[in-house]
Amino acid sequence: MLLCLGIYIVLVRKNAVAILMGIELILNGASIAFVAFSRYVAGGVNGQVFVIFIIIIAVCEAAVALAIILNIYQNFRNVDVDEVKELKG
Amino acid sequence: MELNELIYQVIFYAIAGLVVGSAVIVALSRNIVYSAFALLLTFLGIAGIYVFLSADFLAVAQVVIYVGGILILIIFALMLTNKVKDVNLSNPSAPPYIAGPLVVLIFGGMVWMITHTPWRVGAPQGIGDINEIGNILMGHYMLAFEVAAVLLLGALMGAAYLARRKKD
Repeated sequence: MLLCLGIYIVLVRKNAVAILMGIELILNGASIAFVAFSRYVAGGVNGQVFVIFIIIIAVCEAAVALAIILNIYQNFRNVDVDEVKELKG
Repeated sequence: MELNELIYQVIFYAIAGLVVGSAVIVALSRNIVYSAFALLLTFLGIAGIYVFLSADFLAVAQVVIYVGGILILIIFALMLTNKVKDVNLSNPSAPPYIAGPLVVLIFGGMVWMITHTPWRVGAPQGIGDINEIGNILMGHYMLAFEVAAVLLLGALMGAAYLARRKKD
């Protein structure tokens, strides 16, 4: 459910920070699935260790994505992903 | 213990409803600051679900890292890049009446797949014993642990370099 709402956010929203929020929702949805399977079906503690790594990767990509978004705002004064469409050649 | 089971189910459905409802607000709200605070509620609800699934270390890690780290970063970025005249929130290349049914289709497919697979539901295992997580993390997953540390270092340096104050 979280995965589908995250996909909807990434597809529909125009603000770049909102798209980042959608990506975090997708990662969290997958993490819940991992932990649920690790508890109920098979796998032991490995599911939770994998979720630790997912959280680490999410932190890295959120930090770098927000640095990029700040740079985009300084250059274009606009954060909509539709308006930033000039590639300076 | 019928009443115990009933309370367990009710609380689980309440927390799951909180998570899904907050995610819906994140998706559909017109004001993006409302979306950020609904994301906070979503993360707290997910930590509650981790507690239900006996993953207590993950619940605390989720609250500390996601709420106290990523969400603060997102709110900073929102406050630094916000424009007040932006009302139209949908992307012209994937408007809501195309993306909505597509996402409902994906969700229906996943629900069908989940309910039609014979899961081997055994005894509850994978109880999040912090000793066991630490042993496996330092023993079996040592390489991934070191690579994650290097990744964190690289991401930190990259983000600090990208967001530096440029001399004008």
